Amino acid sequence: MAEKKSLGKEFTKGLIAENPVLRLVLGTCPTLATSTSVVNAIGMGIAATIVLVCSNIVISLLRKVIPSKVRIPAYIVIIASFVTIVQMIVKAFVPALDAALGVFLPLIVVNCIILGRAEAFAGKNSVIASAVDGLGMGVGFTFALCCMASVREIIGAGTFLSGAQNLLVLFGDNVLNGFNGFTLIPQDGYISPMLIFILAPGGFFTFGILMACANKIAEKKGKPRAELGGCQACPMAKNCALLAEGKECSDKKEDETA
Amino acid sequence: MVNGKKLVVSASPHLRSKHTTPKIMLDVIIALIPALIASIILFGPRVIAVTATTVITAVLAEYISRKVMKRHNTIGDLSAVVTGLILAFNLPVSIPLWIAAIGSVVAIVVVKQFFGGIGQNFANPAITARIVLLLSFATQMGNWTAPLSWRTDAVTTATPLALIGSENAQLPSLLDMFIGNRAGCLGETCTLALLIGGIYLIARKVISFKIPVAYIGTFAVVMLIAGKGDLEYVAYQLMGGGLMLGAFFMATDYATSPLNTDGKYIFGIGCGLLTAVIRLFGSLPEGVSFAILIMNLLVPHIERITTPKPFGTPKKEKKAKEAAAK
Repeated sequence: MAEKKSLGKEFTKGLIAENPVLRLVLGTCPTLATSTSVVNAIGMGIAATIVLVCSNIVISLLRKVIPSKVRIPAYIVIIASFVTIVQMIVKAFVPALDAALGVFLPLIVVNCIILGRAEAFAGKNSVIASAVDGLGMGVGFTFALCCMASVREIIGAGTFLSGAQNLLVLFGDNVLNGFNGFTLIPQDGYISPMLIFILAPGGFFTFGILMACANKIAEKKGKPRAELGGCQACPMAKNCALLAEGKECSDKKEDETA
Repeated sequence: MVNGKKLVVSASPHLRSKHTTPKIMLDVIIALIPALIASIILFGPRVIAVTATTVITAVLAEYISRKVMKRHNTIGDLSAVVTGLILAFNLPVSIPLWIAAIGSVVAIVVVKQFFGGIGQNFANPAITARIVLLLSFATQMGNWTAPLSWRTDAVTTATPLALIGSENAQLPSLLDMFIGNRAGCLGETCTLALLIGGIYLIARKVISFKIPVAYIGTFAVVMLIAGKGDLEYVAYQLMGGGLMLGAFFMATDYATSPLNTDGKYIFGIGCGLLTAVIRLFGSLPEGVSFAILIMNLLVPHIERITTPKPFGTPKKEKKAKEAAAK
């Protein structure tokens, strides 16, 4: 990178400005699938963050050893090892979370955020910067997941932090007097929760609305909006090697080419 | 000869239609009134409460969302009133009013204003809102009241479509079906009133006959085959659900149906086929709203294949031959 950024900036950019889910639109599949409850979202976020930080560190350490032609398979091998470790730990210590996340836990291997950060950042930057970048992106991912999950769980199921014991089991049995979430909308009352929000369409609605909000915040700060508008509109434009050489990548807006 | 001058040079368009959005919407409202009156007679004064809730919430939602998004206000074009009315027609009369209000907000804010307001929405707001409510509040949306039972005690019952598959079911007579004396959403039951409204719209040239005819025709043919030529079965299927309401008032929405004649026929036939397939093979008894929504999503593709050839441009085969000759 041409200019050296402070480590603080590397961390905070992942929260809003380059938030992986809401601004870079990466990792959409696990986001939609695991944001049905806040507890699942936190679990998924933590698991992904651990993998992201560890893989960023190792990839950054090996960045001068890995030949650039085979870098993607090499990254995948590194990421897969960490995912396997995390999956085994989750299976052993928080089995309920493993059951809730199901296939999406092993699927962290192909999570675009992790591969994307390896490719865009860890492969080019020093170890400490990469670790901080990974942490920031991981926290940003968790934050976006929690935002989505809060909306979806409160409106769709009428609860908040339901199944908290699934996570709290890490700290022993019956922590916080067996706290297992709040019930905000009782199931059998006059007002009932709006089920569609924990179904797939509600996930897309929430995702779209949150993305619009993140765009609005970024726009106020003078950053480009996340949209399908060629390379210039991409929030990662300044990191992109193709753009630096004056080329554009292929995923342009459809009506520009038609 | 404007102002006695022989030649007036002005910017196009030179011929303006008298059809403006508020006038068209007013016509739709007028066309919906027979069905609304029929519904009040059949299901009682609660119809007015439900309809008022959806209409007022829709207009308020439109006003507030336009204000928040800093766009010019469009409540004057009456489209929000129409959306509210049609949504109310798609709800059972016993629906809690807060659910009806949520439906209006979803229709106006999520489906319409998020995509840019009137004319920009790709799906029919009222239909999408109905489906959102159906998926969210299945119990309340499936709580059917028997017609004319509001004077005494509201009696819950099943819709003819749910009954038609089962043995020894007490189906209403065909005449009862035609005048709307059956259970169902509050605006869909009275086929007679809906036909009056539909014919009024066609006569006023607000909608073309193509989509409703293609829709109902295709559906009837499929049902005739499925019912092995049993005309009574076809009649029950035609009048048993929301088909008339959907075909005349929801499938014909300008923003979400194709522009060209060919496209309109394709759209109508697609709606008819999907409705029949969902009713015959799906787990839900009714398929009109899902069919129209799916076809709404296909409209851009229908438009693409039915774009008319501009006058004077060479034919496709000729072009290909010329290219081959070169």
